[in-house]
This record gives sequence, C-alpha cells and structure tokens, in this order.
Amino acid sequence: MHALSIRNLTKTYPNGVQALKGIDFDVDAGDFYALLGPNGAGKTTAIGIVCSLVTKTGGKVEVFGHDIDRELEAAKSCIGLVPQEINLNLFETVLNIVLNQAGYYGIERRVAMQRAEKYLKELRLWDRRFEVARNLSGGMKRRLMIARALAHEPKLLILDEPTAGVDIEIRRSMWDFLRRINEAGTTIILTTHYLEEAESLCRHVAIINQGRIVENARMSTILRKLKREVFVLSLREPLEHAPELPGFESVLLANDELEIAVDAEHDLNQLFRVLSDRGIGVLSLRNKANRLEELFISLVENRQAASLP
Amino acid sequence: MNLRLNWIAFKTLVIKEFIRVIRIWLQTIVPPAITMTLYFIIFGSLIGRRIGSMDGYDYMQYIAPGLIMMSVITNSYGNVVSSFFGAKFARHIEEMMVSPMSNATIILGHVAGGVIRGLLVGAMVTVVALGFTRLEVQHPLITFSMVLLSSIIFSLAGFINAVFARKFDDISIIPTFVLTPLTYLGGVFYSISLLPEVWQKVSLLNPILYMVNAFRYGILGTSDIEIGHAYLIVALFIIGLFSVSMILMNRGIGMRE
Repeated sequence: MHALSIRNLTKTYPNGVQALKGIDFDVDAGDFYALLGPNGAGKTTAIGIVCSLVTKTGGKVEVFGHDIDRELEAAKSCIGLVPQEINLNLFETVLNIVLNQAGYYGIERRVAMQRAEKYLKELRLWDRRFEVARNLSGGMKRRLMIARALAHEPKLLILDEPTAGVDIEIRRSMWDFLRRINEAGTTIILTTHYLEEAESLCRHVAIINQGRIVENARMSTILRKLKREVFVLSLREPLEHAPELPGFESVLLANDELEIAVDAEHDLNQLFRVLSDRGIGVLSLRNKANRLEELFISLVENRQAASLP
Repeated sequence: MNLRLNWIAFKTLVIKEFIRVIRIWLQTIVPPAITMTLYFIIFGSLIGRRIGSMDGYDYMQYIAPGLIMMSVITNSYGNVVSSFFGAKFARHIEEMMVSPMSNATIILGHVAGGVIRGLLVGAMVTVVALGFTRLEVQHPLITFSMVLLSSIIFSLAGFINAVFARKFDDISIIPTFVLTPLTYLGGVFYSISLLPEVWQKVSLLNPILYMVNAFRYGILGTSDIEIGHAYLIVALFIIGLFSVSMILMNRGIGMRE
C-alpha cells in the first residue's frame, strides 16, 4: 500500500512560474522518505498540494488510497504536517495549541489531553505547557509544531525542514524521536537541507530540481552511484610530502592529515594495501563531505549545466 | 461530511474564540463600554435633555436600543475580521486548512466567536444604559432574535473582509468608510420621519436601519419600518453573506492562491 502516490503533478502559479512540471513518485507505507532539492525546486509546493495548502494545476494525488479530489476529508485525516515556517499562534498556550489541533481533527477533548501529555512529554515541552508559544525558543517552537502535527496520530507525517536553525543536540534528539515514531508505524516524508540528516534517517530518497524528479531510489542504491569519494585520514607518523599512491589522488592537508580521493573502481581495501606498502599508518578516517551531499551537488549541477543553452 | 468530526471541530473553534475574547478583555469588552458610556453622557444626558422627546420617548430612552445594536454590530464584525485575518497573517490559519473540518465549520466557528463577543458587549452596554435610563422590553423574542441575527450578519461580513484583506490596513477600511457611516445613518440617533421624504427613501436602502428599528421595536415598541421587512432583509443578508463566504473558502481566495 502506498502512503502517498503522486502522478503527473503540475503547478503553475498565477505569475507564470511553473513550480512543478509533472512529477511522479510513490511513498510506501511505513517508509522514511527524503524529498530533497535546492531552494525553489518545488518541494514545498508539492507538500502544499498534498496538504491542501496549495491548489494544484493538474495531476493526481492519493493519500493511503484516498484521492484528494474526491475524498479530501479522508485524505487530510491521514496527514500530519510540520511546515517549514513557524506558523504557531504565538499568543496561545503550548497545551491549547495541541488540544485545538486535535479538536480540528475531531478528537474528543479527553483523548486529546492524553495525546497532548504524551507528545509534549516526549518532546520535552510538558513543563512549558501553560506558557504562550511566543516565550519558547526556536527549537522549542519546532518541537511544538511536531507535537501539534501528531495530535491526531496521523499515518503519514510530513516534515518540511523540521530542524532548520535547531542546535545539534536538539536535532539529534528529534532524529531519535522521529526514528521511534517511524518504527512504531508512521510513514515519514522529510525535506531537509541537512543531507547528513536525510542520509542518517531515510531509507528512500527522491531529488527534485527545477520542478522535476531527477532521482528516486533507495538511499543505498543512490549512494552507490557516487563515482568518487574523498576521505581525510589522520596519520600515525607525520609526512613531509603527499605520497605517490598509484590509482589514488592525495593531498597533504597537514603533516599528519592526508586527503585521498577514491574512485568508484577502487575500494578501501586497495587503498589500505597501498598505504601499508609505503609504511603509512592510519589512526582514523572520515568522509570529507557528506556522501549524499556530494551526489546531490553532482546531480543538481549536471541538470543545471544540461539546461544551459 | 463527518458530522461528529465537524461538531467537535466547531466546539473547539468556539472555545478557542471565547478564550481569545476573554484573554484580551481590555481590548474587546472594556473599550465599547467606555465609548457607550460617553455616548450616553454626551448625547443622552447633556444634549438629549435639550432635544426633548423622540417618537414619544425621552431621547436617552430612544437612543439606548440603537447604541446597544451599534456596539453589537461593530464588535461582531471586529472580532471576526481581526481573529481570522490575524490567523492568516501569522499563518496559523494553516492549522485549520490542513485539517479535515469543512469550510462551513470554519466559517460557523468564527461567526460564533463574533456572536459571543457581540452579545457580551451588547449585555455590557445594556447594563451601562440601565444606569442612565429605564428599559422595559416589550417583545423579548423580537429583541433577542434581532440582536442575534444582526450579530450573525456582521460576523459573516467581517469574515469576508478578513478573507480579502492582505494587510492590517485592509481590515479597518470597511469599518471606517462603510460600517460606521451606515450605522450612524441607520436610525441610531434619530427617527427617519425627521428627514425629508427623499432621504427617508434613501435611508430605506440602509440594511442597518431595519436592524436598529426592529431591535428598538422589541424594546420600546416603536419603529420606522415594518418588522416583517426587517426579518426578510436580515434573512436575505445571512443567506447571501454565508454563500459568498462558502464560495471564497471553497476557492481558497486569499489563502490558497
């Protein structure tokens, strides 16, 4: 069963901007799905259409089999949205924001109160429940938007840049929380500019650029497409010059730090054999940049280059 | 349409709106009470004493129903326009738009909020009026139904204004340039029988005249117009304004373009 099925979705704004040029993708129930793309690629428009915040120009959207043109109420009941922009009523209390949202979905007050307590506690906001949203920090507001989106326990949770501007500690606790609710059965669609976040959380990824889907596959499949990865090695002994390593490009960043590019035709075993042959000991190694980020940049840049006259 | 879902959503909206009115009582309840007290002192007590009687009632008694209705109208309108436009401006309108509650429920919930504030302020102004004059309600059913229906009309009108508004200036244009003149010329302070014949006929085009006079009839038992006409006009306005509100919401005007 698809949690979300999109066919030939198009959107042209009144000013003539074609935000979506006919996109297709399916999200399986239970998946953790990343929808990535540069600013203005069409991600938020696509999410807006799915959530009825934007009127589509053409195409078809189904949420758990409910067509948004024919069964909008049923489709909406399945979705929880955490939007990109903070859109809280800043003069409302934390608790009332969650209770009201549950009420809009037809959840009785008694049940809504139980859920508000559950999610506000999990997101560490219960102690602030009687404060108005205006008094919360940026990270707390983001967590409150997640609690609000979960008030009706949706089958599909859509998060549009949920961790933008959130410090690393809170971001990681939000990741843990999202993993837990995904494991409990909630399908999650995530858009983010932190590609490390997408790589760490998501099992499936679609990349959207200039209103078209340019890549759509399992995360592992996509990452295998990387033609070249760059690693930074911490060395046991300092070096004077970058060593000659047949088949690998190397740059000495510091006496004890070596950058090595590994092409797809080589693997790390070969690299370590070459390094051992030259008596170079390695203490640790890390990717220079996030792998998904490298792939993302290459895909987006290729597209942009191809669209140039 | 899932009736149970929409009933719970409606109750949620009404509670939210009620809490809002009470939370900002210094902006919602107190100012109209002060303004109306000044009207009663200046127009009723100071100037009214020199005017004498109007339609057989002393001037203070004559203007009291009009002033109550005027406060109900402006506060019903003001509540919905500011609440709904505020939600649009801060974008928490999206909480409602993504939810499965129907557009009719969104409209009715906000109208209920407008009616609650209108009636609360109306009750407050009535208490103020009783400090200046005696009011014996002649037709309670007409009095209550007319104030309720008028409040619904202006709550719907406020909703439509908020749908079209793009900036805060837009929510004060209609109250300043349309609502206030129509209210002042709607027989709050005078009987239209005092006007030249041509202006009497022009006054009949003003819907507020019918509401003020029907309400005055309910309290004092005197009116410039047929009460049946007042109910007909009020019913037509409610149907018309609700229909326009539904069309705007279904098309997502001002929200989903």
